[in-house]
Amino acid sequence: MSFYLTDAEWEAIRLSLQVAGLALAIALPPAVLLGYALARWRFPGRTLLNALVHLPIVLPPVVTGYVLLVLFGRQGVLGAFFADVFGIVFAFRWTGAALAAGIMAFPLIIRPVKLSFELSDGQLEEAAHSLGTSRLRTFLLITLPLALPGILSGAILGFAKAMGEFGATITFVSNIPGETRTLSLALYTEMQSLSGDQGAIRLTVIAIVVSICALVFSEVISRRLSRKLGGQHD
Amino acid sequence: MIDVDVSSQLGDFSLSAKFRVNSGITAIFGRSGAGKSSLIRMIAGLSAPDRGRIALGERVVFDRAASINVPVQQRGVGMVFQDARLFPHMSVERNLLYSQWAAGRHSALGLGEIAELLGISHLLKRRPHGLSGGEKQRVAIGRALLSNPQILVLDEPLASLDASRKAEILPYLLKLKNEFGIPMLYVSHSLGEVEQLADTLVLLDAGTVVAHGPIAQMLSNLELPQLASGPDAGSLLFAKLDHYDEHWQITEFGLEGQTLQLPGQLGGVGQDARIRIKAKDVALARKAPEGASIRNVLSVVIEGVTETSGPYAEVDCRVGEQHLRARLTRHSVHELQLAAGQQVFALIKSVALDQ
Repeated sequence: MSFYLTDAEWEAIRLSLQVAGLALAIALPPAVLLGYALARWRFPGRTLLNALVHLPIVLPPVVTGYVLLVLFGRQGVLGAFFADVFGIVFAFRWTGAALAAGIMAFPLIIRPVKLSFELSDGQLEEAAHSLGTSRLRTFLLITLPLALPGILSGAILGFAKAMGEFGATITFVSNIPGETRTLSLALYTEMQSLSGDQGAIRLTVIAIVVSICALVFSEVISRRLSRKLGGQHD
Repeated sequence: MIDVDVSSQLGDFSLSAKFRVNSGITAIFGRSGAGKSSLIRMIAGLSAPDRGRIALGERVVFDRAASINVPVQQRGVGMVFQDARLFPHMSVERNLLYSQWAAGRHSALGLGEIAELLGISHLLKRRPHGLSGGEKQRVAIGRALLSNPQILVLDEPLASLDASRKAEILPYLLKLKNEFGIPMLYVSHSLGEVEQLADTLVLLDAGTVVAHGPIAQMLSNLELPQLASGPDAGSLLFAKLDHYDEHWQITEFGLEGQTLQLPGQLGGVGQDARIRIKAKDVALARKAPEGASIRNVLSVVIEGVTETSGPYAEVDCRVGEQHLRARLTRHSVHELQLAAGQQVFALIKSVALDQ
């Protein structure tokens, strides 16, 4: 057995990172804005929205995948719209895998983000307003930087979830080598084949190594951040 | 000048405030829950009253009828909160200069000048979380000053500090008042702080302005039990430091042509001083005492005698233009046959210097 990774393994790693990266890029900005709105604003339908955001956690992933297929498939309303207007196709593409992973990861990202916005009750923002900064500038200069630890931990959780997403992905974009076959799907494929034990173990080890690397990386960032924020609130 | 006439319903609590005060330091005084913070939040523009009008100087910043509501960013009110509210992710210097780099405001006062005045020059590179409560509060005051405010509003800035920290901040507030003459609204529930700082007092009780006026007058107004009753009630007198006797180590203060002595060296000649005399520390005599150890004897004229329901009577005396209260037993008032218009001698057992 070789210690070097095969091309298929490399491809699965690359795809997983690519899918998780795009998923995070899609999910993080709306998660921050929605997390802020849910934490700080009182508006009608807030409870409903809160429940809706958390739906992917409780829904069977297959259901989420199927809904995506119906909406974003080639014949789907949104799928046709994106294909015609932006030339973006989701069905059976890695971009579709990223969309599925992003939606599955969304509740995990928004939780800590919302929590960190809830932690500060707007008093520092009041001070900033009285010193002359507009609402938008105050958000960018005070609110957002102070919520960074929460945003970071949301991003880490979300990235991890996106890396490992399986059910919604395979339902929505199938298991296509080089296009949608991420680490999880590759592992599943090996398990399905009669001689796949060794391949499955190799992929398992790879998954563990990648996860540990991600955890160490996030730990380094969060330490830097907490040093920069100087022990949180005064 | 600050001209306020507002009313608002805040849940079960209704606030109604009407007063007009000149510059200098105006204390908004009242028990906790009296509505002090709600009132200054309206003045600062952090919330809007249901009805009314607010003018700061010549500028109307709120008028419900005319639909004027200048947003907090443009009111030019420098806020100092009880809990400092420094930005934890910025250095002290970034905090102090916040309104300059973030909001593009320009202050006639420089960072160096303010930092020097408030004694925080050595903290500029530090982060807020390592500072003591008193240091944080001084930085917050500096930050508000550097935003070039028309008026400084301080919401119980000393309430969360212990006694020694309070003593550390009060002199800085006095310096601000004396050196810049910036108008200040000072919210407090501590009569001690108010007596030391305020020129004008606005008394707030259960959401209503009960009375407002010059501090000494308010403190000696027997119709305001919040201020004038209690064991430590008394008079506030404005005097000038006349002379320091090095041999006896006694400082003499001139008060309406008469003299008060206090032990120790208490400042430079010519300095203004606030002298606080508790009503229970004043005795009255029909004749000038001889052979007594009490040094502080003032010739006063009785303005009025108010007998309370208990054993005591409050005697209001006049020293020149100022008032001095004496709390005697009703028994002695009768024995001495004290009445308005009489010229008597006030024997003062103890004098405290506030400033």
